[in-house]
Amino acid sequence: MGQTITEKILAAHCGKKAVEPGELITAKLDLVLGNDITSPIAIREFGNTGANCVFNKEKIALVPDHSTPAKDIKSAQQVKTMREFAKKYGVTNFFEIGRVGIEHTLLPDEGLVLPGYAVIGADSHTCTYGAIGAFSTGVGSTDLGAAMSLGETWFRVPESIKFVYHGKLNKWVGGKDLILYTIGQIGVDGALYCSMEFTGEVIENLPMADRFTMCNMAIEAGGKNGIIAPDDITMEYVRARAKRDFKVYASDSDAKYKQVIDIDCSKIEPQVAFPHLPENTKPLSKVGNVVIDQSVIGSCTNGRIEDLRVAAQVLKGRRVHQDVRLIIFPATQKIYMQAIHEGLVDVFVDAGAAVSTPTCGPCLGGHMGCLAEGERAVATTNRNFVGRMGHPKSEVYLASPAVAAASAVLGRIGSPDELEGKGG
Amino acid sequence: MNLKGRVHKYGCNVDTDVIIPARYLNTSDSAELAAHCMEDIDADFVKNVQPGDIMVADENFGCGSSREHAPIAIKESGISCVIAKTFARIFYRNAINIGLPILQCPEAVDGISANDTVEVDTSTGKITNITTGKSWDAMPFPEFMQQLIEAGGLIPYAQKKIASGGGPKCGCKCCGK
Ligand code: SF4
Repeated sequence: MGQTITEKILAAHCGKKAVEPGELITAKLDLVLGNDITSPIAIREFGNTGANCVFNKEKIALVPDHSTPAKDIKSAQQVKTMREFAKKYGVTNFFEIGRVGIEHTLLPDEGLVLPGYAVIGADSHTCTYGAIGAFSTGVGSTDLGAAMSLGETWFRVPESIKFVYHGKLNKWVGGKDLILYTIGQIGVDGALYCSMEFTGEVIENLPMADRFTMCNMAIEAGGKNGIIAPDDITMEYVRARAKRDFKVYASDSDAKYKQVIDIDCSKIEPQVAFPHLPENTKPLSKVGNVVIDQSVIGSCTNGRIEDLRVAAQVLKGRRVHQDVRLIIFPATQKIYMQAIHEGLVDVFVDAGAAVSTPTCGPCLGGHMGCLAEGERAVATTNRNFVGRMGHPKSEVYLASPAVAAASAVLGRIGSPDELEGKGG
Repeated sequence: MNLKGRVHKYGCNVDTDVIIPARYLNTSDSAELAAHCMEDIDADFVKNVQPGDIMVADENFGCGSSREHAPIAIKESGISCVIAKTFARIFYRNAINIGLPILQCPEAVDGISANDTVEVDTSTGKITNITTGKSWDAMPFPEFMQQLIEAGGLIPYAQKKIASGGGPKCGCKCCGK
């Protein structure tokens, strides 16, 4: 019986030839990570294991990205705990402010996650790295604490659901729209416990940035991981970054799937997820008149250079609507720098947008752009739960960078096509 | 491990917010958390629960946030085991990690009513409803998971492993023997 890519990676990390869905295994880990919200508890639990040292100084990543640059005294204290722990135990991958970026964009960009890796992170969007053919999943702080000491963790081998995307992509439709559409179809628990394997001709031609966006949101369908088998596009991205060996896996043709879901992309319009669940999706043409107070472009879902380029393409020579605040936050320092070099930041500031330092800030309603009572935002982030971006009575609509940028100009949720002839 | 107790039964989608409301998350003290366990779905739970009692629920138990406080509150309240049709993924992990036995068995959930007395053998996965005499087989925990639960969770398990020299040898002065 053939195996899926996820089963193969897990088998390789627990020293077995094959594993089966449902089986519980102990797997060696290639990287474990935490952020400034989850690491402090993990560091405490690490201490409770009685370990004198971490399992590997280079395989732990501590990324203070959530409430940073420190938004208040408590957040400063949390980062201090991480900084001191990293110093004490010689953890090499602690990213100081000025070098830090949003964890799920930073780590693959730095070549710290590679194909075939098994990764856990005390952050639910750790599933992002499936885009380069790694097995990665979010866990709790206790998991991270124990893993920092033992270098291994337990997994229940997930069943896999195969998504096959075919047809031709419509204008302004990208990875964000594909994953929002998919979650809209299967629901927020549609892939509970399962591995979501993204395949098909559309995926084969999809740029890395879009693949990261899709795997990033696997958790929004309840998935354990999202994964795309490495191909030439992956290799081009990885080879420029890898400093270690890695192994490439692919699913066998006779691998067993719980379900195979075919998706005809030619029918997919740009998607918008209405409050308060990512599954409440509508095609852009059915959105109606949704007036917005804020537009947010960035996050681990859509804060890459490709996302910023699309936003700049839409915003060039145009002005943000007088009643809208547009906040753009590049995911890493390198992306920030590149955006400056390419003149994208000029376009944003000219348009009247606020461009922020890399941080999770507005995505989780932490800082740098919280919503007041009754306010409404369109955002390129991944969650639109009650109160996600601020007041419990505020609303978040999820969309792509193209739609978020166009909406900022229109003052309501709309398409870049509506801007034709209006400046630019 | 053999567990036996009276059943507290709930429906579908019991989320982590009703297991332990966010307003009590400013502490990680387990006794304090347990004092508010299930408060928003079953105000009498804390009064009625006896050490060893068993919680039985329908689908997607523990959905919502990743807060570890939820399984901690249940365990500390005295519940010895949770049986459900399905568990939300991170709750499942967190429960095992903090040493709260959980079993997935849809047939058993349908065959158990509130206040029945139920016995669970975690090594075989056998669930017996003493009140009705019926029994079912849930998938048993493999040996590793049993060790983990019996050790009281992931951290005591790691502690034991490291104390017995089973931790990783990273080559540094303190452990590079
Ligand atoms: S950008 Fe948002 S979703 Fe991504 S890691 Fe930060 S808070 Fe989480």
